[in-house]
Amino acid sequence: MPSELQDDILLTRRTGLTLLSPTFVFVGLFLLFPFAWVVVISFTDRTLLGAGAANPQFIGLDNFRQLFDTQTWMHSGEFGRSLVLTSYFVIASLAGQVTLGLGIALAFHRRKGLLRETIFTLVTLAWILPETAIAFTWTSFLDPSGTLNTFLAALGLPQPDWLLDAPMASIVMFNIWRGTAFSMLLFSAALGNVRPSYLETADVLGANAWQRFRDILLPMIRPQLTTAIILVTLWTFNVFTPFLLTQGGPAFRTDIMAIHTYRIAFRYFEFGLGSAIAVIVMLINFVLAAIYLFALKRGEATR
Amino acid sequence: MNLVRFVVVRIAFASFVAGIAAAFALPLLWLILAPFHDQATLSVSLPTHPTLDNFRDVFGNTFAVRALFVNSVIQAAGAMVLTTLVATLGAYALSRIRLPGRDIFVYVLILFSSVVTGSAAMVPIFLLVYRMGLIDQHLGVILVFTGGLIPVALFIMRDFMQSIPRSYEESALVNGANQWQMLRDVVLPMTRSGMMVIGIWAFVNVWGSFLIPFILLRSPERMPAATATYSFYTEAGTPVITLVSAYALLYVLPVLILYLFVNWKYGFQFFGGIKA
Repeated sequence: MPSELQDDILLTRRTGLTLLSPTFVFVGLFLLFPFAWVVVISFTDRTLLGAGAANPQFIGLDNFRQLFDTQTWMHSGEFGRSLVLTSYFVIASLAGQVTLGLGIALAFHRRKGLLRETIFTLVTLAWILPETAIAFTWTSFLDPSGTLNTFLAALGLPQPDWLLDAPMASIVMFNIWRGTAFSMLLFSAALGNVRPSYLETADVLGANAWQRFRDILLPMIRPQLTTAIILVTLWTFNVFTPFLLTQGGPAFRTDIMAIHTYRIAFRYFEFGLGSAIAVIVMLINFVLAAIYLFALKRGEATR
Repeated sequence: MNLVRFVVVRIAFASFVAGIAAAFALPLLWLILAPFHDQATLSVSLPTHPTLDNFRDVFGNTFAVRALFVNSVIQAAGAMVLTTLVATLGAYALSRIRLPGRDIFVYVLILFSSVVTGSAAMVPIFLLVYRMGLIDQHLGVILVFTGGLIPVALFIMRDFMQSIPRSYEESALVNGANQWQMLRDVVLPMTRSGMMVIGIWAFVNVWGSFLIPFILLRSPERMPAATATYSFYTEAGTPVITLVSAYALLYVLPVLILYLFVNWKYGFQFFGGIKA
């Protein structure tokens, strides 16, 4: 290609590589090296203090055996239990974020004005404001005497102590609130590309709202739906923010994977075991990311 | 019939929108009201005697002021400058030299950054930073953030570079500029708005992130507002709620202002999957 030929003329390869070298250093040091090193540590009994720190021993697959020990792994606060809790958390958050995001995008499809701006700003702010401040205001929102219960009381509904009585429901609610903006923005951009003539034709043919959604809008946004499902799964699987609400408690009932990993490595300082967990987490991430890339590629091929 | 359907649809739409607005606004209500209360609790009510005393108390608290106005600024600005610089130079080179596999390079990086993420990634990264002697240092936090932000920054910036016509660079070379002069006098000025987008995006990301400073920093002297707020409402025994809420509001403000600024100037840029 002609532009490719020009490239080396504008910038010599030597200058180019010099400009790229900081990128290589950062990526190598903070992305590739940790990825490789965590596998090595996962085969040792490394700790932060004591004998395991000065002289970690190679212990083969012992850490992994401990994680998948079928006698104990489903006990409260153990690895298997955390996997189960994480799947509840991910599936409920995913369903909530994608349906709510799609609902808002559809409700404001082909609408403009102050109402749309207000709703989009609110939902987007929930997504981008600093997590510690957001978690703090949610702590007050979920407090027994907080806004949510005041609201429920006005409707004559029961008012639980959310973070104690229903901690998993609380962090799911929180995570849906926090993350819906992504699906909303993605779907609303995709719906914006649907040609008005398609919808007008459907109207002429007398299609109802559901038929219009199923036969015209849904096929148009299918690629974005795939994107949203996989990326939201990947992010929710790794999200640490619920720690700010529950610290994984009470009694490990919100011990999702990111919090579990943190606790083993940075509270108990068992870096060997923590690395083994990190390896499993990264493997799962890798599978999700690979599915995503595969879906993207297939989408390009059929387009 | 048509009128009935019209009314039903209007009512359904109105109640859906009202529900969404309530669900997304109510949790934020407290953050806006509590700082102006003379004696706030965790419940929401309109301040009957609105006061600014809470903000005065915040400014009287050395730990709080240092976290927000010194540490957060150092860390967010540091990572912002470093990320923008490294990604701009790297993206320029990627869009102008031939390298085997340069087109998939950025995708592979993004793939890696979404795999090596969260508290799982912090296990090896903590040990690495520990080995480098940078635990409890601003520099450690800045470097780790930069490493995590570079793949996406490179991705956005490369797109931006490809849209810049090469003729300006060509005429600079023809007129006898060397490559570094061309970079400084032609390329960097033309990419200013792209650098602005990356910079704001990086700043907001670092300003609001909790996990990395939480794990890498120990002493209160170096904590940013993200971890200071957390320690205020968890570790201080009974937190002074009015003070913490005023502090949280101040902490949120820069992000709010940057969002409004970006929205007003460019329209909120949405690069699928990338915040702010």
